[in-house]
Amino acid sequence: MGITFRKETFRDDFTFKNSPEHIRRFPFPFHEDAYMYAVNIEPHVVGPKGSVLENLIDVDEHYVAEMQDRALVLAEDPLRCQSLPHMTLAGWDLLELLMEQQALGYPEHFTLTRDGDRWRWINRPLGIDDTFTFGDTSTLPYGPMEYITRQSQGDFCILDQRDGNLWMDAGMVTTQADWSLDFDIGMNFFEWHAPVPLAHEKGIFVRALKFLTNIQQGKPARRLNWTMTINPRLDTSPENYHKWGPDRATVTPENVGDKVHLRVELQSFWRLPRSNGIVFPIRCYLIKMDELVTQPKWARRLHRVIRDLPEELATYKGLTRYRPTLVEWLSKLDNGSATSPGFGPD
Amino acid sequence: MAAKTIISRPIYGTLSPQPGKHHLFVADAEGALAIVDMAKTAPPGFFDGAEIVFIPGPDGKYVEALEALKSAQLHVAPSFASLLPRLKQTLTNAHMGLRLYLAGTEGLIGQAMQVALEAGIDHTSMQTEHRGSLARRMQCVHCKGITENVTTQPATCAHCGLLLLVRDHYSRRLAAFQGVCINAEDRSEIPPVEEAFP
Repeated sequence: MGITFRKETFRDDFTFKNSPEHIRRFPFPFHEDAYMYAVNIEPHVVGPKGSVLENLIDVDEHYVAEMQDRALVLAEDPLRCQSLPHMTLAGWDLLELLMEQQALGYPEHFTLTRDGDRWRWINRPLGIDDTFTFGDTSTLPYGPMEYITRQSQGDFCILDQRDGNLWMDAGMVTTQADWSLDFDIGMNFFEWHAPVPLAHEKGIFVRALKFLTNIQQGKPARRLNWTMTINPRLDTSPENYHKWGPDRATVTPENVGDKVHLRVELQSFWRLPRSNGIVFPIRCYLIKMDELVTQPKWARRLHRVIRDLPEELATYKGLTRYRPTLVEWLSKLDNGSATSPGFGPD
Repeated sequence: MAAKTIISRPIYGTLSPQPGKHHLFVADAEGALAIVDMAKTAPPGFFDGAEIVFIPGPDGKYVEALEALKSAQLHVAPSFASLLPRLKQTLTNAHMGLRLYLAGTEGLIGQAMQVALEAGIDHTSMQTEHRGSLARRMQCVHCKGITENVTTQPATCAHCGLLLLVRDHYSRRLAAFQGVCINAEDRSEIPPVEEAFP
């Protein structure tokens, strides 16, 4: 068996698509017909077979194409991957976590064998077979964090825990929703969240920090976040905003279904055993409106969420320019009937 | 000060004499007056163990006022860039317990703090006081170039020429506010340029 990896792009001709099975497994982020911030954190435990939670580190049909896109981003802008000097040990922690989880969930694609500190890592989709000494950076072609995150879907932030706070001291960030690792590296939890509207006043970050600093080894947690992206572009960084920003002015009633994508981040939080840091994978899932509305419940619910979104949130998420066009398009798929509780399609 | 602010934006205080024997002051322009005002409440002999490094503004004022404090050292530098090697040396060789006081423009406070952070001094242990111009040091998030003394909103990046929204989001590591293209979605939109940080 194994996954059939799609050949597709997240730039230029934008050939990214979800297969019908991947549409059904999309992590739709709204459990009711409205959205407001909440500390929506829950234990990151294995979920139903066929869902994105079947494995705690999800590998899907977009894996190979996403890794190719990451390599392109890094070649253009190496500052997307940075690690402050005290974070190397945490990088090894992350390498271990991702190798173990990927090998556990997808043995047909990944194999990790260990003989003391001598490790062999086989990544068949990317054609990698490396033997190295765990803890010895000179035996890898990159630092440990960069090495493994060039082979793992999603962005990764490694947070150092000290003085009762979390510090963004290392990361691989190439698929981000408009925030800059290069600018935010070295900041504490409150500082890097400073631009987020409304949530500070609601005490969200104080409670979230309390929760995160208490995360224990072997007991990861998760939450969903979302925004929207025009064209299936993984790299919506502020660095390149002047390149992708014009996309937002291209939405018309005719092309909404193809151009407008719901972008969902599955964020998880893991305590790292040696460094006592926390790794925060931010896994991005994209789905175009045409694919999403194949599930009538999601179409109705998304219409209501986007229509009723508070103005500050719409502005922060960058929806302002095309929201009316999107709401009008979605309204035609909303007959006003009730939606069933929960995230999943009917 | 900005009317509405966010958590990453630095908050400055008022200099006050700290216990200890070694004191390093870094100031520019009107920042000298923060030191002079603080001196009024300093215990006798406080400046015997103090070094003041000062970058006068274009008008060259306040050097005499600082001389009157009779600090152990007074070094006058023509620019922050010219001061940098000396400041790095001083901070690298500093004794444990050195007290650091930064006063003047945000650009001066930020850059001196950046050097001190690299030398391992915790930012919360530094005394800061903002005086004088509100001009900002800005990093263009697109080309990464730093533009000094930004007084307008929006502002043009001195390196790549994009018209940037000067955000309140601030990085101590870069000693800079973030500038993000203000008309990325439609380059034909040219918002009016206002004097926002005089």
